[in-house]
Formats: sequence, structure tokens, C-alpha cells
Amino acid sequence: MNILEKESKLLDLEKEITKLGDSNSVQKLIEEVERYKLIEMTKLSAWDRVLLARHQKRPKAMDFIRYLAPDFIELHGDRLYGDDLSIVGGIGTIEGNIFTIIAQQKGSSTEENISRNFAMSHPEGYRKALRLMKQAEKFNRPILTIIDTPGAYPGIGAEERGQGQAIAANLFEMSNLTVPIIAVVIGEGGSGGALALGFANKVLMLENSIYSILSPEGYASIIWKDASRAEEASEVMKLTAFDLKDFQIIDDIIKEPLGGAHFDKIKTFEETKKVILVNYNNLRRLSRTELQYQRNSKVRNFGFLQRFNYEHLGGIIK
Amino acid sequence: MNKIGETINKRKKLKQNVKLIHEESIVRKSIESDVPKGLYEKCPQCGKLNNVKKNIENDYICKHCGFLFRMRAIDRIKYILDEDSFIEKGIGYITLNPLFQDGYEEKILSYKKATNLDEAYVYGYGEIFGEPCVIGVMDSYFLMGSMGSVVGEKVARTFEYAIYKKLPVVIFTASGGARMQEGIFSLMQMAKTSSAVAKHSNSGYFYISVLTNPTTGGVTASFASLGDIILAEPQALIGFAGPRVIEQTIKQKLPEGFQKSEFLLKKGFIDKVVDRKDMKKTIANLLRFHRRYN
Repeated sequence: MNILEKESKLLDLEKEITKLGDSNSVQKLIEEVERYKLIEMTKLSAWDRVLLARHQKRPKAMDFIRYLAPDFIELHGDRLYGDDLSIVGGIGTIEGNIFTIIAQQKGSSTEENISRNFAMSHPEGYRKALRLMKQAEKFNRPILTIIDTPGAYPGIGAEERGQGQAIAANLFEMSNLTVPIIAVVIGEGGSGGALALGFANKVLMLENSIYSILSPEGYASIIWKDASRAEEASEVMKLTAFDLKDFQIIDDIIKEPLGGAHFDKIKTFEETKKVILVNYNNLRRLSRTELQYQRNSKVRNFGFLQRFNYEHLGGIIK
Repeated sequence: MNKIGETINKRKKLKQNVKLIHEESIVRKSIESDVPKGLYEKCPQCGKLNNVKKNIENDYICKHCGFLFRMRAIDRIKYILDEDSFIEKGIGYITLNPLFQDGYEEKILSYKKATNLDEAYVYGYGEIFGEPCVIGVMDSYFLMGSMGSVVGEKVARTFEYAIYKKLPVVIFTASGGARMQEGIFSLMQMAKTSSAVAKHSNSGYFYISVLTNPTTGGVTASFASLGDIILAEPQALIGFAGPRVIEQTIKQKLPEGFQKSEFLLKKGFIDKVVDRKDMKKTIANLLRFHRRYN
């Protein structure tokens, strides 16, 4: 039974309880539900986390922004081609600290999803993000990026306008920025589309979010030529927050309430805010060059390799 | 220490006991085995047979239809650099199979034997018509030239070596993108290589990126697109998403010549499309224009 089936069973049970009204058996049932929650909802497989990360009701980036920075002002456009709605950018205060916030926004309804292109960005989206980051650097503002995307959009228009170049330019410029960058993965972090906003001093992840090189479906179809083995793929891909923390790819995990972020949104937002501020206060002590150095030396160490002592080989032709 | 950290250390210890599989310099070995196996090679475009030895004299171009064969990294180095000027750097890296995937290490080993290469990327010092530079070449015959931990590390080291030696960098890219078998680590190589390019660029050195067939995925979205000057070979497939993925997503056929280098030239993402026989001269001239005297 995966997490979604468990969840619907739980909701059915709770509905039945409210139907029954108040009686002795209700108290019993409530206790049973609580016990079920504790036992079943805490045992999550990687595939469960994938499902939770893609959950329809999961809070989206704008929900986070509305709570974290109530005075948020959205800024549009990349000044080159157009405005990509899949990336939301702007300025707001989080507990008195002024942040430039850049977020990938999935829609909460079908119409919104279509207008937001399911958070799959075109190059203009990444260029808008880059413009806002440059602006943040000019005014010495910290940057908060919120990542929630299945990946960069593969389409004719995107290729014509240089998807690869846009992502590469983001990585290049982000390595040079001299302000604190904090990235939070709140749902799916997919491939280069996520990394284009994720080259940060501190990378945080919600407990039930995922961050991977491609979707489990894509992985299964490339490695095993069978997209239906996605569940198996999610187990071997090491894409959960806990695996990535072990690998030291990310810095911190943000706790979610039992059953996923959508069960208690306010609690999730509070927890997120707390962790962001802790990390920001650590980064604030660093100077501009230290920040740049910290970010670059962090990625320099990413790799899973070893070098043999090849001295006797020399490696010289003639 | 956590679970994965322990496993990593255990693997590292295990690996130290593994015997070296290369008896001598891999590059030297593959240079000695000059002519590839088989006398004839079939052209993927027109289907006619080409004599391999004649083909090499003809710059690896099909004499029937003008199709540009993919070049092995070794062939490319011999083709571009002055004779005897290449000194290979950064040999001996080995991936530790981060996802602990069965069969991945064996796969790498078989590719190593088949291609006589360490990994999908070779770099070192070289001279082009007397102009010194650090040259890096990707080999698309090694697991589609995909970028995993080792390729990323070697690319980053290319730039660091160039900074140390105060030299320009020339990189020939040919890659299917990030290596799926290494998961998140392959993705992080994009950040790592971009950061290395930025460091080299900030020091004021020159970087030419030459895109050859095929350059897609994570490599396009990192160091391949960050050259001060970006050259490309004719008819090369260059893009972020592969044509098959795009066709599946938009559910329609792609136009003729889409994602070819001429197309990208028209869209403004490439400085110049250079024929194979002019490549050496062009790069040498560009290096000469950017020569530094300090």
C-alpha cells in the first residue's frame, strides 16, 4: 500500500467518525486512527516520498511566499524576450530581513497549471531569475530560491531561445554572486531546471521532497528501457532528502507534519521559516568573498570518485 | 558517521586493493593501435562503405555524402595538436558507483578496455601551431561521452591546471549529457564545471569551446555553453533536450535541421561554424589573438 492509498483510507475513516456523532465507539475509533497514523504514516518508502512531493494538495511556492513574506512584491520579465510565469520573482521581508525571492510555481488548479506550464520553465524564466539575482547583488540583498519543478521544458521554442545557454549562464553567474543564496526544495527538484536555481550557499529540503537528475520514470526508461518500473527506480536513485543529506549534497532537512506538508500547512511554513532564518543568520556573518568562496568550494567537492597513484605511468606520449 | 558515509569509506578501502588495470599510459597504447578494427566503416547517413585508412586521410569525412564521422578523442588530439606536443594530465580517476548500481562498474571496465580510455574525457597540455594551450576532448564512444563524477572532476581540473599554468583552454565537447547511473552526483558536476569555468574566466584567461556531434543535456547546460568563443562543427546535433524527448513532449515532428549547428548559428548561440579542415588554423589564430605576454 503506498502513501496515497493510506491517506485516502485515513480520510475515509475520519469521515465515518464524524458521521457517527458522539458516542463511546467514536473515542475508540479516534484512538485507532491516531495509532494508524503513527505506525503507517511514518514508514515511508522513497516512492511514497515521490508521491507526496507531487501531491495535488501539497503547498505550492506562492503559498510559502504569502506566509513567509506577507509584503511580497512580484517583479516580472527578463527584459529580453518575455515573462515566464513558471518562475515567480520579487522582493519581500522575512522577519525583518529583506530577501529577493525567486520561486518555481506549480499551479494548484488545472488552469493555473497550464498558465504556469507545470513549473517547467523556458529560457526567459531562467533569465528573469538571473536578472533579479544580479539586482539583489547590486543592493546587497540575500537571495532565497524556492525549487519545485519537474525539469526545464523540452520544446521547440525553448531550444530556439537557448535553454542550455540560459541554464549555463545561471550557473556561471551564481558562482560569482557575492550575496547569501539559500535554496529550498519544497517538492520536486528535477534536473538542470532545478539546479539553475539551486547553486546556493545552503540547500535545504523539505522532508518529503525529492531532488534528482531526472524523474524516476525517465530513469527507468533509460536504464531498464521500461518506464513502468518507476517505483523500483525511485528506490535506487537516492533522491530523498535523507539520502542527499548523507551525501552532503544538501545542508538541512525541514521537518514536515505527519502525513505530509498538506496536513498542516501553517506548521510547515513555520518550520521552513525557522530553518531559513537559522541558516541565513549563519551566512550573514560571512563577508562577500567568503560567501563566494564557500559556495564554490562546496560544489568543488561534489563527486564520488577516487584517484589511483599513477605516478609510474607518467601519462606522457613519447 | 552515517550509513552512506561508512559505505563510502569501506568502498574506498576496497578499491585500494584493486590491481591497476592499465599497465602503461592508455593514450600511448591507443596511439600505437593506429588503424581501428575493420577495414571498412559504414556511413550512418548514406549507408555506403568507406575505407578506414582513406577516411582518416580525408579528415574522417564520408567521401560519398560529406558526412562527418564522429572522431575518437585520441584521433582528435592527433588531428588538432602539433605532433608530439601532447602531455596528458589527470589519469587514474575511477568512479565509486554512488548509487551502488549492479553492473555499472563492469560496464565502465568494458568501455575502458574497448576504447583504451580512462574515462569519456581526456585533457592535457598541447600546442597548436606553436600556440600553447590546455586541451580537453570528450569521447562519445565511451558511454555516449556522458558526464559523471570523473568527467566533471577532470573538466574542473582542466581549468585549474590552466589557471596554474596561465594558459587558455580549448575543449571539444561530444556528450549525451549527464550520466544517469551516478544520479545526483552527475547533476552536481554541472555546477562544479561551471564554477571552474567562472574561476578561469575571472582570472582573465581565454576559453574556446568547440561543439561537435552530439552535444546535449547537462554538458550543453554547463561548460559547453560558457566559452568566450563558441565554435561548432557542421551538422552537429546541439541542444539541451534530445530530439526524441521533444517529439514525445510536444507530440509532433520536428522541422528539418532542428538543433543542428547551422540552426543554432542562425539563432545566435554559436560564434562560427568551422569546417573540420579549417579547425586547427581557426583555433590557432584565435589563440594568437588572445596571447598574453606576462
